[in-house]
Amino acid sequence: MTQSKLTPSQLSRRSVLRGAALGAGVVAVPGLLAACSNGSGSGSSGGSAKQTISLGSNYSDPTPKKGIQGMIDAYQSKSGNTVKVNTTEHNTYQTNITRYLQGNPDDVAAWFAGYRMQFFASKGYLADISDVWSGLQGFNDALKNASTGADGKQYFVPIYQYPWGMFYRKTLFDSKGYKAPATWDDLITLAKQMQKDGLTPIGFADKDGWPAMGTFDYINMRKNGYQFHVDLMAGKEAWTDQKVKDVFGLWSTLFPYYQTGALGRTWEEAGTSFGKKEVGLIVFGTPHVVLQAPTPADVEDSILFPFPAIDPANGVDSVEAPIDGFMVPKKAKNLTGAKDLAKYIGSADAENAYLKVDNSNVAVNSGADTSAYTSMQKQAIGLTQKAKSISQYMDRDTRPDFAQTVMISAIQSFIDKHSPSDIDALCTNIEAQKKSIFANPVS
Amino acid sequence: MVAPPVPTVEATAPRTAPVRRGRRRRLTARDILVLSVVVGVTVVLDLALIWGTSVVSVLLSFTNYDGISPIKWVGIKNYHDILTINPEFGTAVRNNLLWLVFLGLIATPFGIFLAVLLDRQLRFSRFYQSALYLPVALSLAVIGFLTQLILSQDQGVVNAILGRTHGNGIDFLGDSRLNIWMVLLFAGWRHVGYIMILYLAGLKSVDPALKEAAVIDGANPVQTFLRVVFPAMRPINVIVLVITVIESLRAFDIVYAINTGRNGLQLLSVLVVDNIIGEASRIGYGSAIAVMLMLVTLGFVITYLVNILREDSR
Repeated sequence: MTQSKLTPSQLSRRSVLRGAALGAGVVAVPGLLAACSNGSGSGSSGGSAKQTISLGSNYSDPTPKKGIQGMIDAYQSKSGNTVKVNTTEHNTYQTNITRYLQGNPDDVAAWFAGYRMQFFASKGYLADISDVWSGLQGFNDALKNASTGADGKQYFVPIYQYPWGMFYRKTLFDSKGYKAPATWDDLITLAKQMQKDGLTPIGFADKDGWPAMGTFDYINMRKNGYQFHVDLMAGKEAWTDQKVKDVFGLWSTLFPYYQTGALGRTWEEAGTSFGKKEVGLIVFGTPHVVLQAPTPADVEDSILFPFPAIDPANGVDSVEAPIDGFMVPKKAKNLTGAKDLAKYIGSADAENAYLKVDNSNVAVNSGADTSAYTSMQKQAIGLTQKAKSISQYMDRDTRPDFAQTVMISAIQSFIDKHSPSDIDALCTNIEAQKKSIFANPVS
Repeated sequence: MVAPPVPTVEATAPRTAPVRRGRRRRLTARDILVLSVVVGVTVVLDLALIWGTSVVSVLLSFTNYDGISPIKWVGIKNYHDILTINPEFGTAVRNNLLWLVFLGLIATPFGIFLAVLLDRQLRFSRFYQSALYLPVALSLAVIGFLTQLILSQDQGVVNAILGRTHGNGIDFLGDSRLNIWMVLLFAGWRHVGYIMILYLAGLKSVDPALKEAAVIDGANPVQTFLRVVFPAMRPINVIVLVITVIESLRAFDIVYAINTGRNGLQLLSVLVVDNIIGEASRIGYGSAIAVMLMLVTLGFVITYLVNILREDSR
């Protein structure tokens, strides 16, 4: 691009230093110098001079971390700007997000689409990047909506998404003559058969507090429809509604077929059980299966299919497919640079660079290259493309204060007792806490 | 607040001059300045960091503050909600009390018992001492990780030894009826070593003549300890008691390392952190829990101070 060519009039103090350092043959110094002067020249240097941009990342596991580095390397060589990636362990990053955004955030920060982003936009922590969005191509309306705040402005750029669904092992199913269940009744029949055959039917883990939310969301969307899910998460529907009680009621009938001791098992451990074919089925997102598979052959052998239908009126029309991406904090020091990087992240090139390393997710930009997709990625695309509605996830579709302090413990307590007689009291309690929390306005 | 240190200064002064004149002469302007600065800085820090933050917490506990929105006064709503509809609060209070009872009635007496045994100059006494003290060198967060390695359901050592892997392991840490006891066991493991070393140091300072006298009077070892040594150890006993109470109320790291303090492992400190620091940012609500924890702590502190003052005035 023209940006990479410097004309004499655009020479700044830093680029002179950089030239001097390069001339001296010191390769590592320019980055350091630029990093030291982070933000100091962002206002005056304009669009065409080299900039330093900092990126806050929660991509802390080895593969995603390499993927981000791949994307950033591509950006740096394309733009000539320097990006300093600050990676934080993902749970710590998410726990500290409020203080991070209020304090001294990076110029661009990793986050999740949907309500979980809108919450911070409404609180005024995020910079409006609608101008960046006006230049982006290849995103459909659903993706734009997921990146849009309550005020109609965009605050988020997606990088990829991954669908949740049910998984089985092809070799296991072939050898036993099982078929993927299409309806709830099929699921129960199959689970009973598996039990007869001495196999634990469904893998289950919720020590981390969030993995079981996916099952709740799916039963809810299959039984009551996508719109009810959205309204329930937004606090518009009551948790004491019979529709919600029915969800818990249906869920409780699955427990005889679950792996026992879910509250003492992490999702990684459940993923390992699935990888070793110790369980017949599991409800997971694609990365959870891919990352825990013992060998690539085990990934090839894993088949993703839609969560079984419950009410024929809804069929399997909704898919839960969380979108990850990046936002620009309002306190970003280098806003120009941040927007330039955000614009790049919104390109098909950026998605290609990331997904070349991490093939457990799928691209969201229609211009992205899908020719090298693995069979798992092809299945994932197949699922999301057929969906009429796409939800994010319970903890991304509702307020973080409600998800983190009420729903995690409510679902864990349901898993602990999972008896139909406790559902009324549970729902009454969730509703009481919901009313108390939603009484505080978001903005 | 400037007055109390004065006698100290005077006590260390040589008593050559008459006291009255000495006081006037020794406290020069410079002394007063130094004293004011030293005492003043301490008082300011104390007010700002301890009393100031406590008062702010109490004030915030009556608001719905979330870190950014304008603060709105909500009266006792937070307290009302915590006491009526928060299902975790009751469990947290129960667990803090269990912690106190377990450390107070089992771990601490056991630590004292070990100290008394080791004080009798057994063979390999040094070895036992080091082995028992070792866990104290570990932080409770590290002990939390160890607990998982040992007790995890699918991959833990104990289930492997019992041959219960592949999905039929005992769920030591996930079963909410079992996990608090497992955690107490490991927290107690560390606490025992801590108390033992404190008490052992105290026992060394007890005059052996006291014990000899008791033996000559025909007391058996139990009587010697309970009637003679234990009462002589009063200062150490008080420290041990205070440490036990503090450890119980501030417990946090071990459960946070195991499952972030959920599902049967709730503690008041965890609820405070989850509400205030986490993504939730319910600062007003979390402050209300913190205030209740502070009231419980104050209860112990006041009881302790009243006892100390009463005994000292006798």
